[in-house]
Amino acid sequence: MAKITLDTLAHSYVDDPKSPADFALQELNHDWADGEAYALLGPSGCGKSTLLNIISGLLVPSHGRVLFDGEDVTHLPTADRNIAQVFQFPVVYDTMTVRQNLAFPLRNRGLPASEIDARVDRVGRMIDMEDVLDRRASGLTADAKQKISLGRGMVRDDVNALLFDEPLTVIDPHMKWELRTQLKKLHHDFGHTMIYVTHDQTEALTFADKVVVMHDGRVVQIGTPDELFERPAHTFVGYFIGSPGMNLFDAEIDGRKARIAGTQFDLGTCYGLKGGKTRIGVRPEYIRLGDHGLPARVTRVEDVGRHKIVRLDLGGQQVAAIMAEGQSVPSGGTHVQFVEGGVNIYEDEWRVPPEGGDAPLAAKKEAA
Amino acid sequence: MKTDNQKAWFLVLPVLILVAFSAVIPLMTVVNYSVQDTFGNNQFFWAGLAWFEDMLQSERMWNALGRQIVFSGIILAIEVPLGIFVALNMPKKGFWASFCLVLISLPLLIPWNVVGTIWQIFGRVDIGLLGYTLDALGIDYNYTQGFYAAWATVIAMDVWHWTSLVALLAYAGLQSIPDAYYQAAKIDQASRWAVFRYIELPKMRGVLTIAILLRFMDSFKIYTEPFVLTGGGPGNATTFLSIDLVKMALGQFDLGPAAAFSLMYFLVIMVISYVFYIVMTNLDKEEGGK
Repeated sequence: MAKITLDTLAHSYVDDPKSPADFALQELNHDWADGEAYALLGPSGCGKSTLLNIISGLLVPSHGRVLFDGEDVTHLPTADRNIAQVFQFPVVYDTMTVRQNLAFPLRNRGLPASEIDARVDRVGRMIDMEDVLDRRASGLTADAKQKISLGRGMVRDDVNALLFDEPLTVIDPHMKWELRTQLKKLHHDFGHTMIYVTHDQTEALTFADKVVVMHDGRVVQIGTPDELFERPAHTFVGYFIGSPGMNLFDAEIDGRKARIAGTQFDLGTCYGLKGGKTRIGVRPEYIRLGDHGLPARVTRVEDVGRHKIVRLDLGGQQVAAIMAEGQSVPSGGTHVQFVEGGVNIYEDEWRVPPEGGDAPLAAKKEAA
Repeated sequence: MKTDNQKAWFLVLPVLILVAFSAVIPLMTVVNYSVQDTFGNNQFFWAGLAWFEDMLQSERMWNALGRQIVFSGIILAIEVPLGIFVALNMPKKGFWASFCLVLISLPLLIPWNVVGTIWQIFGRVDIGLLGYTLDALGIDYNYTQGFYAAWATVIAMDVWHWTSLVALLAYAGLQSIPDAYYQAAKIDQASRWAVFRYIELPKMRGVLTIAILLRFMDSFKIYTEPFVLTGGGPGNATTFLSIDLVKMALGQFDLGPAAAFSLMYFLVIMVISYVFYIVMTNLDKEEGGK
C-alpha cells in the first residue's frame, strides 16, 4: 500500500493545449493518504475516468507527475505500478475456472505454486466464493464476475491501491448494496488504499471516507460526506449532492444584511466578500415554512414516501423544501425561513466562509 | 373475421416452387440417375444400388477423396493461423484500418476462373513473374510437370485467394473485445501470448468456427481454380473430387456412377460439417459452466 501524490497534474488530449478548455483534467495537486477509501464523484465527462487511468498508468498525463510513496511513476507502465483495477464491465477470463482466474496474476508474476494456492484460497473466502472456485468463470452472474475481478486484485498482498471504475453499473440493484457493503468491509479489514469512481452520489457517500467531487475537469471539493452535505465548497457540489440539490438564491449581501427578491434579512455574521456575483445556498432540509420570513407561493407537492418535497416560487426563483410526512403543507402563499447554520454564501460560485471561520460541524448538526 | 382458413399456404407457395426448381428437383434427378443405367437413346434400366457399390470399391474415388482431405487439411492449417496472424497485426482504427480492409478484401472480389488464370500465367517459367524468378534462382519449378510444384501452386493460390476471408472474420471478432480486457490483462501482467490464449482466442471462437466451416466446405468442393491451372494434372496429382466427378459425368458420360459419386460426396460434406458444428457448439455449452 502506498500514498499516492499528484503533483501539478493535468491532462489534455490535444497536442498543444492553449486555453483551459483544451484540458480534460485541470491542474491538480493532491495526496491520497495510504489506506483510505476515496470516491471520485462527478457527472459523465467530468474527467474522473481520465484521472483514474492516469493513476493506474493506462494513460500518461500530458503535464505533471504521479508519485507512489514519493517515487515518480508517471511513465511506468501499468504492470510495474502494482495496482489493481475493477472495470465497469466485469472482466473474467472465460476459459478459466474461478480458481485459475484468481491465480492468473500470481502465475504471471512467477510465484511458487504452494504460495499461489494458499493465497487463492484465502481470497476465495474473502470474496465469499469458496464453493464455486472450481467452476468456469464464464457461467457466473455479473456480480460474481465483478467479485472475481476484485479478487484478482486482492490476491496480490502488496498491491499499492485498488481502483474501481464505476464497478456497480451492470449489477442488479439488490446486489449493489451487498457488494458495496462487502467492499467497505474488505477495506475496513485489510486497509487497502481504494479509489472508487462513480457518478452515483449514494455509492460515493456510503463507500468513501473522503469524496472527491469533480466538475468540468476540475476537482471542486475534497471532503467527508458530511462536509459535502453541510458546506459544499462550490455551487456545483451543492446541487449535485443531495436529492433534491441545494437551493441557490441570487442575493445582494452587504455586511450582515442579505436581500433576496426584495426582502432583507440578517445573516448573523459578516462575510469577507470581494464584490463578485453573490448567491445564497440553502439545502431543502434547512428550509422551514411559516408565518414570517421571505414571502413565497407553493406551486407543487411531491410525496416520495419518507417525506414530502414542496416546490415553491420565491419572487420568480424556484425553491425546494423538504417537509416531514405528518406536517401539513400550506396552500398558496406562505413564508420561507432558513434554519440557522444551514446557510452558505457563494461568491462567483465558490463558497465564502463566515468571518471568524466555520463552526465545528457537530455543533451545527445539533442546531439543525 | 375468420382466421382459421388455409390461405397462408398460398403465400409460402412461391418460395416452395423456387426451392423445388433450384434445389429439390435437380437433386432428385441425380438420385434418379444414381439408381439407373442407360445405353443412350434416353432408355433407362433399374440398377439398384450397384453404382454405389461400384463407387465404394473404386480406387479412383478413394484416391480423389484422399487428395481432397489432404488438400483441405493443408489449406485450413495454413489459412486459419495466417488469417488470425494478419487480423492481429491490422491497425484497429483510423485511415489505415479502412485501407487494410479494402486491400485484403481484393482477392475475395476476383472470380474463381480469373484467379486460376492469374496463377497460371504468374507461375509460367517463360513469362510468369513467379515461375521465371524461381527458375532464375535455379529451382526446378514447373507446375505442369512436377507433382510438388503443382500442389504447391494450387495451395499457394488457395491461400492467396481465401486467407482474407479468415482474416476479415477474425478481425471482426477482435474488434468486439472491450478495451477493459486488455487493460485488466496489463494489470495482471499477462504476457502477449497469455493475452492471445486467454482473451483473444476465446473471444474469436465463434467467428473462427464459421471461418473454418466455410473454408472447409468451400475447399472440399474446389473445382474451377485447379481446373484452370493444372486441369487435374500432372497425371492425377491435383484431381480433386469435383474435378474427377466432372470428368466422369461429362467426359466419359458415366451418368450413373457419377450420380452415385456426387450423392456420397454431398453426404460426406454434410456429415463432416454437421459433426464439426455440433462439437463446437457443445464446447460452447460446456464453457458456459453448466
